[in-house]
Amino acid sequence: MSAPDPKLQSERLAALPRLPRDEGGPVFAEPWQAQAFALAVKLSEAGHFTWKEWAAALADELKAGASRGEPDDGSRYYDHWLAALERLVAVKGLADREALVARKEAWADAYRHTPHGKPVELRQPS
Amino acid sequence: MDPTRRGFLKAAVTAAGAAATTPDLAHAQDQDHGHDHQAVPSDLTLRVKALESLLVEKGLVDRAALDAVVDTYETKIGPRNGARVVARAWVDPAYKKRLLADPTAAIAELGYAGGQGEDMVVLENAPKVHNLVVCTLCSCYPWPVLGLPPVWYKSAPYRSRAVIDPRGVLREFGLELDGDVEVRVWDSTAEIRYLVLPERPAGSENMSEEALAALVTRDSMVGVKKVTLAREGARA
Repeated sequence: MSAPDPKLQSERLAALPRLPRDEGGPVFAEPWQAQAFALAVKLSEAGHFTWKEWAAALADELKAGASRGEPDDGSRYYDHWLAALERLVAVKGLADREALVARKEAWADAYRHTPHGKPVELRQPS
Repeated sequence: MDPTRRGFLKAAVTAAGAAATTPDLAHAQDQDHGHDHQAVPSDLTLRVKALESLLVEKGLVDRAALDAVVDTYETKIGPRNGARVVARAWVDPAYKKRLLADPTAAIAELGYAGGQGEDMVVLENAPKVHNLVVCTLCSCYPWPVLGLPPVWYKSAPYRSRAVIDPRGVLREFGLELDGDVEVRVWDSTAEIRYLVLPERPAGSENMSEEALAALVTRDSMVGVKKVTLAREGARA
């Protein structure tokens, strides 16, 4: 499954309900959305979860959003995508929630303490 | 307020013998809001960064493979939006006037809204003026009109060399400019994003707005290339 198979790819994407897309494929409104998209695709390709599991996890989040009364116009689609991804990587034992929260704080901290003109880098835990 | 950075830019530009060609520097100083650290991105962005960095570190997913997926799609959203803006400006002089005077509003006219309120600035190329956009700090990029920044835009060599040796960088992109063409280098910030309005290619006088938009490339709107009639076997 290493070589990208356009047909397979398009079948997989078709399995995702309400994916924002146009004739050329998925569309993203912000960079983080494309990064979250790539993470799900690659983790699945690497066998950490099946695409079917992914589609189910995503569908659960979308359903939960709808039941909270959020507008079903696709504007929150990748919010749900990210939530589903965080949940699935925890379920699969790839990264737990505490580690993710801690890492997120570390990134925020890195931005706050990196002077203008320097690339933002995490201090590596030694 | 970061004298070091501005100093570096000024020194670099002077070294390149192009001090008079970077009107943005004085402007940038005026616009400097005294930030001494980087803006913290949105919660969503930080969560994705957390996921990505943890999973890459654990070897569960390969960063290059992730970049490849993003690259596949980076041309999907953006450049077409920017291309429509450019084509409209070419065929509609009134629109072009609005675009140069109030870019954010003129771009919004076509339905492309900005992100967190950053201001757009449109830079018009002319026979003797060529504009080049870079973000020396990170990868600030006008993504509502250009999509996601390409990998080279985010790379350290481009970010440093675009300022020090803009002509050399352009040459690597296959663009050789005459010696009397002024090169202006614009350094994006969290507050200001630049879009280059390339020159309309000669011979395109009878083309429709739609056909013109198909000619406009992402690279031409960053300023590393010109728009030409021959675009990979597209209609000419």
